[in-house]
Amino acid sequence: MKFTSDNKSDRNLMAKYRLDWWKILIIVLLYYTVIGGFLLPVPRLHILNESIRMNYFHVPMWFTMMFLFTYSVWSSIQYLRTQDIKSDDKAIESVKIAFFFGILGLLTGMLWGNATWGTFWTSDPKLNNTAIGLLIYAGYFILRGSLEDETQRGRLSAVYNIFAFTVFIPLIYILPRMTDSLHPGSGNNPTFRLFDTAHSMKLVVYTAIISFIGLGWWLFTLLLRLRSLRKLHDETL
Amino acid sequence: MLLHSVESFSQANEKVEMADILRQDGKIYTVVFGLVIILTAVIVLLIRVDRKIFRLEKQIKKEK
Repeated sequence: MKFTSDNKSDRNLMAKYRLDWWKILIIVLLYYTVIGGFLLPVPRLHILNESIRMNYFHVPMWFTMMFLFTYSVWSSIQYLRTQDIKSDDKAIESVKIAFFFGILGLLTGMLWGNATWGTFWTSDPKLNNTAIGLLIYAGYFILRGSLEDETQRGRLSAVYNIFAFTVFIPLIYILPRMTDSLHPGSGNNPTFRLFDTAHSMKLVVYTAIISFIGLGWWLFTLLLRLRSLRKLHDETL
Repeated sequence: MLLHSVESFSQANEKVEMADILRQDGKIYTVVFGLVIILTAVIVLLIRVDRKIFRLEKQIKKEK
């Protein structure tokens, strides 16, 4: 079976492709993030210097990851309630994109850490726990890959996903706060103190968070649509 | 004492190194322009993939 249409008349019969409004919005916001993130004024601080702009790109990675992990847990719960395989598809594809953004968050964080702390990695609770948390989600992929039966895979991985999420939250948001850490948001060091003083950064950082969550969502819908296309393709064979 | 520390802090604050020279030379705009090109390319690719999937969906719907 051939999917790509070669002649033009065949193409004209189909509905015309139109870019959704929310995708256009994401594109505009991404441009604002990249241009504004570099050119708009930032506070002049020691050690951080110009690297403070990393905040515009490092923080949204984690927001996007958390948004998609939360959505994936919601889908897993929906799967256990309804036994609808579509919910299982949503869960796996959103975990994939969330994992991708988590890795990007770690990489940008390592670059930033090297510039401000002098090392790519320290045995800091925030950093180590995040790495452990992502490894737990790597286990989710392994679990799915090792099961062939669709219902069994769906049910087991949904339970695993809920377990992974409930471990992930204390691991990266609660435990690091109970000890001292270099990373903001630990010990007596509030995460958002910077934003309380730096009003000039607020607009870009919020735009960046919204636009990267939107980009993550777009990528997720693409993977989900490809997955259902592949299923339809397998059925027709 | 407190006043002194505040004063020294504000003095130190003025000497913070930022990319001022880069901005004066206008070279920061080169980097921004480069990033805009990369972003544009990625977005074009994303839209093309989006459109391709859209066409596949339509084609499968028609065949059914």
